[in-house]
Amino acid sequence: MNQTAGILFQLGQSLLLVAVAPLWLGWVNQWRAWLQNKRGAGLFQPYRGLAKLFNKEALLAHRASPLFRATPYILFGCMWLAAGIVPVLATSLPYSPAADVIALVGVFALARVFMALAAMDVGTAFGSLGARREMLIAFLAEPALLMVFFTASLISHSTALTTIVETLAHKQFALYPSMAFASVAFLMALLAENARLPVDNPATHLELTMIHEAMVLEYSARHLALIEWASSIKLLTYTVIGIALFLPFGIAQAGDWSALPVAVGALLAKLAVAGPGLALLETLSAKLRIFRAPEFLGTAFLLAVLGMLTHFLLET
Amino acid sequence: MGLAAVLPIDLAIGALVCWLLLGLAGLSLQGMPRLVSGAVFPAGALISLMVLVVGIWGAGQGAEAAVLPLGLPGLPFHLRLDALSAFFLALLGGVSFGISLFAAGYLRHMDGPTLGLLCLEYHVFLASMGLIFLADDAYLFMVAWESMALSSYFLVTTDHKIPDIRRAGFLYLLMAHLGALAILLCFGVIQGGHGDYSFAAMRGNHLSPFWATAAFLLALVGFGAKGGVLPFHAWLPEAHPAAPSPVSALMSGVMLKTAVYGILRVTFDLLHAPIWWWGALALGLGLLTALFGVMFAAVQTDMKRLLAYSSIENIGIILAGIGLTLLFHSYGETALAALTLTATLYHSVNHAFFKGLLFLGTGSVLNATGERNLGRLGGLIHPMPWVAMLTLVGTLAIANLPPLNGFVSEWLLLQAFLLTPGLPHPYLNMLIPVAAGALVLASALAAYVMVKFYGITFLGQPREERLSQAQDAGLWERAGMGWLALGCLALGLFPVFVIRHLDSAVALLAGGSIGATAAQSGWLFLTPVAPARASYSPLFFLLVIVAVVLLTFLVVRRLYHGKIRRSDPWDCGYPAQTARMQDTAEGFGQPIRQIFEPVFLMERHLPDPFDRQPVYRVQVGDRLWQWLYLPVARLAERLSSLIGRLHHGRIHLYLMYSFATLLFLLLFTQ
Amino acid sequence: MALPLTSQLINVLAALLLLISFAMLSQRRVLSLINLYAWQGLVLAVNTFTVAYSTGQDHLYFSAALTLLLKVLLLPWILHRLIRKLNVKWDVEPLLNIPVTLLVGIVLVVFAFNLALPIAQLAGTITRSTLGIAMASVLLSFLMMITRRKAVPQVIGFLAMENGLFFAATSTTYGMPMVVELGIALDILVGTLILGIFFFQIREAFDSLDLKHMERLRED
Repeated sequence: MNQTAGILFQLGQSLLLVAVAPLWLGWVNQWRAWLQNKRGAGLFQPYRGLAKLFNKEALLAHRASPLFRATPYILFGCMWLAAGIVPVLATSLPYSPAADVIALVGVFALARVFMALAAMDVGTAFGSLGARREMLIAFLAEPALLMVFFTASLISHSTALTTIVETLAHKQFALYPSMAFASVAFLMALLAENARLPVDNPATHLELTMIHEAMVLEYSARHLALIEWASSIKLLTYTVIGIALFLPFGIAQAGDWSALPVAVGALLAKLAVAGPGLALLETLSAKLRIFRAPEFLGTAFLLAVLGMLTHFLLET
Repeated sequence: MGLAAVLPIDLAIGALVCWLLLGLAGLSLQGMPRLVSGAVFPAGALISLMVLVVGIWGAGQGAEAAVLPLGLPGLPFHLRLDALSAFFLALLGGVSFGISLFAAGYLRHMDGPTLGLLCLEYHVFLASMGLIFLADDAYLFMVAWESMALSSYFLVTTDHKIPDIRRAGFLYLLMAHLGALAILLCFGVIQGGHGDYSFAAMRGNHLSPFWATAAFLLALVGFGAKGGVLPFHAWLPEAHPAAPSPVSALMSGVMLKTAVYGILRVTFDLLHAPIWWWGALALGLGLLTALFGVMFAAVQTDMKRLLAYSSIENIGIILAGIGLTLLFHSYGETALAALTLTATLYHSVNHAFFKGLLFLGTGSVLNATGERNLGRLGGLIHPMPWVAMLTLVGTLAIANLPPLNGFVSEWLLLQAFLLTPGLPHPYLNMLIPVAAGALVLASALAAYVMVKFYGITFLGQPREERLSQAQDAGLWERAGMGWLALGCLALGLFPVFVIRHLDSAVALLAGGSIGATAAQSGWLFLTPVAPARASYSPLFFLLVIVAVVLLTFLVVRRLYHGKIRRSDPWDCGYPAQTARMQDTAEGFGQPIRQIFEPVFLMERHLPDPFDRQPVYRVQVGDRLWQWLYLPVARLAERLSSLIGRLHHGRIHLYLMYSFATLLFLLLFTQ
Repeated sequence: MALPLTSQLINVLAALLLLISFAMLSQRRVLSLINLYAWQGLVLAVNTFTVAYSTGQDHLYFSAALTLLLKVLLLPWILHRLIRKLNVKWDVEPLLNIPVTLLVGIVLVVFAFNLALPIAQLAGTITRSTLGIAMASVLLSFLMMITRRKAVPQVIGFLAMENGLFFAATSTTYGMPMVVELGIALDILVGTLILGIFFFQIREAFDSLDLKHMERLRED
C-alpha cells in the first residue's frame, strides 16, 4: 500500500465523519422523539438548522473579544483533528501516530478550555456559570475516561488507538472482563462529556440546570453553527471510539482494502444500533442534580479502576 | 589563552562573577534608577543568555572540575560542571533571561535606593542559584544555598513596611533554615565520618542501607522544605506572592528547581543503589502534594497565591516523577528509569517557563491595576491585549493542553506510569497504574484552576470602574514575557530535540537514555518507547488545527458572508446585568470546596436574608497548619519560655553562667 | 489468550460478582440491596453451573440448583417479607460516607488480589484466578457489615459474605463436599429466620432497628 493512498484515505475518513455527524445526531434525536411518543423533526433537521444559522447575520456582544470570535473555529478544528485520528473503518492511518489516546483526550480538553474561556468572555452571569460547571464535569470525567483507556492500553501494551484496535479486533477472540467494566465507565464518561442526560440536558434552556447551553448563550449565526456542528462531531467521535474499543469487530486490517466494504457495513450497523441505544438511555434517565454528578462520575472512575484491577488478576 | 581552551565551566564561573558585579553596579548607581533598570537589568539578561548557552554547550561535554582559590584554609571551593549541572544552568539562564528583561521594564518606576538594593539582591540571588548547580563540595553548596535563602528573603521583604509581608518573610526564613539544617545533616551522614566533604569523596563512600536511608530521608526533608513538598509547604503560598513579581517568577520558576536538583544530586549521584521504598515514598508524597496544591489553588482568591499553590502542585508532580524513577532504578529497569527521568526533567523546565510567564503576567496586571484580588479584576483583555495574549499561552501550557509544553511532560510521565506492570512487585504493579489516576485528576483540576485564573482576570466585564484605564505592558515587559511564551511553544512543539538535549543528564543519573528511541520515527513524531506503543506529534497537531481553522474561516466567508452586528449581550429576560453578577473567584471555587470539603478548614459567614447590606465571606484555611505547625510552634514557645527563665537581666548572673560552663568544660577535658 | 471459552466466561462472571459486591457497598436503599443480593446469587448459580459443565463435576450441578433456589428465590423472598413486616425505612444509613467506603473497598480489593496470587498458584483448578475476586467479595461484604448502622443491611452483608466464601470454594477446589454444602445452606436459612425473629424482638425492645441502641445493653 502506498503512502498517498493512506493519506487520502485518512483525509476521506475524517471528512466523512465530519459530514455525517449531524446526520447521526438527527438519528439519535429522532429515536428520542419516537421513544417519547413524539413525531420528531426528521433525520436531516440538524443540517437544516446549520444551514439556517450559517445564513444569518452574526450578533456579537459589545464586549466580545477576539478570543470569543476565534473559539468556534478552534473548536471545530480540534474536533476535526480528533475525528481524523480515530480508526473508524480501517486501522491503516498514516497520521494516526500523531496522537495516541492520551493526546486525544488532550484535544478534547483543549477544545473545552477554549469553550469555557469564551463563555466567560462576555461577562454574563450564565456564561461564567456554564463555564464553571463544564470544567467541573470535565475534571471529574477526565480521570475516568483516561482510566478506561489505560485499561485498554494495558491489554494491548500500547496507547496508540490503532494498535489497541488491532489487538482487540484481530487477535484471537477473547472475553475481557476488564473491558466490560471499562465499557460501562466509558459510557458514563461519554454521557458526561457530551452534555447528555443524566448530567446535562441538551434540550433544556432552563437557567438553573443547563451547562453546555449556558456557555453558548451568547453565540449566534455562523459561530453557533460551528459550535453545534463541533459538538455533533464530538458525540460521533466519542461513539466511534467506544465502538473501536469495545466492539471493534469488522474493522478492516491495515492494507486490506477488500475488507473495506464489510467495514463500512459493520460501522453503519453499529451506529444504527448505538443511536437508539443512546436515545433509550437518555429517555430512561432523569437529570441529576449538579452535585450528584461527582458521585456519578466517581462511580465511573471506580468502575474503570476495578476494570484495571481485574485485568491484573484475570488477564495476565 | 585561545578560545578553544576556554571550557564551559570557566564561562559559567565568569557569568556568575558578572552577575555579582552587576549587582554591585546597581547598588552604586542608586542615584540613577533609570540607568539601573534600563541598563543593568538588560545586561544581567545578556549574562543569562550566556548561562543558557553554557548550559546547552556544557551538557554535550564531559564533566569538568575546577578549584577556586577561595574558601577556608586547606578547604578550597570545588566546582564541577557535569550534564546535570549543565541542564539546570540552562534552565536558570533560559528563564532568567526573560525575567530580567521583564524586570528592566517592570522596575523602572521604583525609587533609587530600593531599586539599588533590589538589583544587588536580585543578582546575588541569580549567582547563588548558579553556584548551587556548580558546587562540588558540601561546604560550597551550603554557602550558596544559604546565600540563596538570604538574598531571596530580602527580596521577599522588599515591601517590608507591610506587616503581612514581614510575617511571610519570617516564616520563609524559618523554613529555609530548618531545611538547610536537614541538608547539612544529610551531607554529614553521607560523608560517613571521613571528614572529606567534597562530592567526589562522598560518591566513593558506600553507606550501609540504614545510613543511606537516613541520608535520603534527610535530603527529602531538607530539599522538600525548599520545594514546598507536603507537609513543608506552608511558607510557599505566603512568601512567593509577597515578593515583587519578577522575583516571584524566579522563585517559583527556578528556585524550586534547586530543590529538585538537590534531591536528584543526592539520591542518584551521591547515594548509589536506592531502595525501592524510597521511590514509593517519594511517589506517594509527590502525588499527595500535587493534589493538595491544585485543590488549594482552586479556592484561592488572590491571583499570586493561586499561582503559588499551583507551584506546589507542579513540584508534587516532579517529585512523583523522581519517585517513579527511583522505583525503576532500584529494580534495574534502566530504560524505564531513563524515560521517567526525562519526563521529570522535562516537566521541571516546562514549569520554569510557564510559571515564570504567568507570574510575570500577574506582575503586569498588578502594575497596571494595583490589584491582586481576583474579585476586583476582570475584562483586562481589552485594555491589555499583549499581556492577555501572552498569559493565555502560559495558561494553556500549565493546563496541560496540547500542543504546548505542559502536555508533553505529562504525556511522558503517564507513559511511564503505564509501563510499571513490568516490575517484580505485585502491589506496585497494581497500585501504580491506579495512581496514574491521581496524576490525571491533578492535571484536569489544573485546567479548572487555570480557566478560573484566566477567565476571571482577563475575561468578562471589569469588576471595578478604573480597570478599563489600565495600561498595557511596555516593550521590555512584552519582550520578557514573549521570550518565555516562545519557550513554552518551542518546548511543546519540538519535544524530540529537547529530549536529545536532556539525554546526557539522564544518562548520567539513570544510566540510560531515550533520545535515540524517541527520534526513531523522525523528528516530527515523539516515540518514547516504540512507535507501536505510543507516539505524539505536537507540530502535526498545531498544523492540522490551524489549517482547519483557516479553511473553515475562508469557506464560511466564501459560501456565506461575514456580516456582524454588535449589540448588548442577551439578558435572559433579566432587567440588568452588571459586572457584579459574574462568577466571582469564590464562586468559581465553590464546587471544589463542596466536593473536597474534608480537605479544607473553612470559615464561612453567610448573610441573613434580612440583612440590608449582606456580606458573604468565606475563608479557606489549611488543616495542616492546625495539626502540624501550630503544635510545633507552641512546643517551641514553651521550650523557649523555659529557657527564658534563665534570663534575669543581671550581668553578674550571666557571667556566672559562663564561669560555670568554663569550669565544667575544664573538668571535662581533664 | 489461550484460555478456553468457558473459563473466560467464568472470569467474566467473577468480575460481575465483584461489581455486584461494589454496588452493594455503594447502595443507599435496603430494597435494592436485597435485589442486588438476589442478582449475586444468580451470578453465583450460573458460575457454578459453568464450572460444573466445563469440569464434569456432577455434584456442582446440585449446588448450582441449590444456590438458585435458596439464594435467588427463597432468601430474597424472606427478606422482602421481613422488611415489609418490619416496615423498615428505605434508606441505609452508612457510618462512613459512600465515597470513602468505596475507596477503602478499592484498597481491600488490591489487598485481596495480592493475597490470592500465591495461593492461586498452588491450586490446580481452571478457576483459580478467580480466588482473588472471591476473597475481595468476602472482604467487601465484611466492610459493608462494618459500615452499616441498621440491622437488615448487616444481615445482607453476612449473607453476601457467605456467597463470597462459596465462590472461593468453587474456584479453588470445585466446591465443598455435598454434605457440608447442604449443612451450610441449612445454616444460613435457619440463621436468617432466627435473625428475622430477633429483628422483631429488637424492635419491640427499642422501637428501632438502629444498632446503636444496643450499646445501651452494656453493663456499666
